[in-house]
Amino acid sequence: MLASMLQRFGRIMVLAAVFAAGAWTYATGFIDEFLWHWPDVQYLTMQHLWLTAMSGSLAIAVGIPLGIVLSRPSMARVAESIMQVLNVGTTIPTLAVLALSMSFLGIGTTPAVFGLFVATLLPITRNTFAGLTGISPALLEAAAGIGMSPTQRLFRVELPNALYVIFAGIRTALTINVGTVPLAFLIGAGGLGELIFTGIDLFDPAMMLAGAIPTAMLAIAVDALIAVIAFLVVPRGVNPNRA
Amino acid sequence: MIRLENLTKIFETQKGSVIAADHITMEVPSGEICILLGPSGCGKTTTLKMINRIVPPTSGKVFIEGEDTSGMQTEDLRRNIGYVIQQIGLFPNMTIEENITAVPRLLGWDAKRYRERARELMDVIAMDPNIYLNRYPSELSGGQQQRIGVARALAADPPVMLMDEPFGAIDPINRAVIQDEFLKMQQALKKTILFVSHDIDEAIKMGDRIAIFRAGRLVQLSEPDDLLAAPKDEFVESFLGDDRALKRLNLVRVGDVVSSDIGTVNPGDTLATALKRMDEYGYQLSILMVNEQNEPVGMVPRSVASLTRGYCRDHFQPLPGTIHMGDSLRKATSIMFAEDTTWLPCIDDNGKVCGQITQRAMTRHLGARFRAAARTATAPATGA
Ligand SMILES: Nc1ncnc2c1ncn2[C@@H]1O[C@H](COP(=O)(O)OP(=O)(O)OP(=O)(O)O)[C@@H](O)[C@H]1O
Ligand SMILES: [Mg+2]
Repeated sequence: MLASMLQRFGRIMVLAAVFAAGAWTYATGFIDEFLWHWPDVQYLTMQHLWLTAMSGSLAIAVGIPLGIVLSRPSMARVAESIMQVLNVGTTIPTLAVLALSMSFLGIGTTPAVFGLFVATLLPITRNTFAGLTGISPALLEAAAGIGMSPTQRLFRVELPNALYVIFAGIRTALTINVGTVPLAFLIGAGGLGELIFTGIDLFDPAMMLAGAIPTAMLAIAVDALIAVIAFLVVPRGVNPNRA
Repeated sequence: MIRLENLTKIFETQKGSVIAADHITMEVPSGEICILLGPSGCGKTTTLKMINRIVPPTSGKVFIEGEDTSGMQTEDLRRNIGYVIQQIGLFPNMTIEENITAVPRLLGWDAKRYRERARELMDVIAMDPNIYLNRYPSELSGGQQQRIGVARALAADPPVMLMDEPFGAIDPINRAVIQDEFLKMQQALKKTILFVSHDIDEAIKMGDRIAIFRAGRLVQLSEPDDLLAAPKDEFVESFLGDDRALKRLNLVRVGDVVSSDIGTVNPGDTLATALKRMDEYGYQLSILMVNEQNEPVGMVPRSVASLTRGYCRDHFQPLPGTIHMGDSLRKATSIMFAEDTTWLPCIDDNGKVCGQITQRAMTRHLGARFRAAARTATAPATGA
């Protein structure tokens, strides 16, 4: 009871705050300024999404097979150490990764996509690996015992049962990715970072927000989109959201 | 038929090698259930899993229907052996129908055929196909899951089944029900079954033969009654428990012990006739009274017959109970103890009297097997 009342109160407060903010921005002519950037926002959003799509699909295309390979029993000895290397990979700040990839690949889209790919790869690989190695040995034994070949086991039993965890990895990875793309502007790949960083440099808050707000919205939208896909794709029996 | 020949498994571990199965040689005739029984870690599961190569044997051979399986493709071999694992292992991502039809789909049956098969199997395991086929394993109780596990193993109608403690996860009451259902099913299907258990009572109930394992070795392979009557050594004896004579009560049918040459009276007989007949047959306490249809209606006690005059129909007493020819001695004993009586009339399917069973006959029957067993056990020793 108390919790739900607090929740309702909280919601009203947020609405009031949003309304106040809207009124204030209108009064200061902020919205006009913001709309002045609209064509830029449209163009840069497309560029932003394109960077995410490229690096994200590349990360999925590499991360899932890599996770699968590492989870095979024959890889058990080296798998943990390779996962450690990947873990160290993520502790390097994304900005440093971008800087490094720029020093190899120069300026432009290619080094940006590569840097984003590196930053996105780990959550996907790690979750694929964890999802597959977390499957109970009894299940694998049952699958083998009824006469499934290793490939049939992988596609009919292992992947479907790990899918929920794999999707969780993709969701984290792509949300991080969308939020990291603005940094790509720094090595000349465009994206909404252009408005954010230029806005900061020129001390132009409207311009900065014209980059920041769409970035935030994109992150939320991507997160929601993957959640919906996971809901539809993961079989009902192993989907906690559909139990 | 399954035949194991010198089947051996040695696990190499950090702490040295473990001999999990040591030259196991045995045979299970077609259509029989053989129970692998023994204490924890004695190699039952290992032996079972070597048959479908979940555990690759170190040495030795497995023959199924006379054919050496080492020449077969692993997947083909497994698809022809029904396998029920101890942990049930249903696929959580598949519906019950998909679980049950997993093997038929691997074998490439067409959809219509395996759908029909799924419904058929649901009938066999007494679950409603309309309710359960579209559910997921997580939506079933443990006992229901275990039945589905058995159905999945039966799906492609394999001649051979391997079952590793298939009813282990079920509470005792439901376990007894499932065991009964399974035995009924087996009577119709006549599979050749290797069945792991560590429950002696289950072994006695389910097994046509019981193989006792100890530390990787097969110690004794006998029919349940022989096993209880003549355990080969002290290990088997202690494993069976000191109430093994009582356990045999489950195995012997009333029909095996019944004496059919009995004296009875009719309601129209006099009490004097009753007394005379009791003396004739040596009955100390009472005599059975039957009607014209030879159905048991009561008994006439000696005390009444010797002190009173008249007809049986006016002086009989109610019977303490009756027992069916197909019932076990265990049930007969239970009724005798509960009703404080030493004999019970035995009836057939139509309720007609076909004899009676006495405590003396029961103890003599059980004792005879034990005495014979003791003689054969000691004979070679004294001879040597
Ligand atoms: N993969 C393995 N590696 C090493 N040792 C093993 C392995 N599997 C089984 N063993 C050993 O082999 C022996 C027999 O094991 P097994 O699983 O066949 O026993 P079991 O009779 O089925 O026992 P339980 O009733 O507890 O299931 C045990 O000593 C066990 O520790
Ligand atoms: Mg076992």
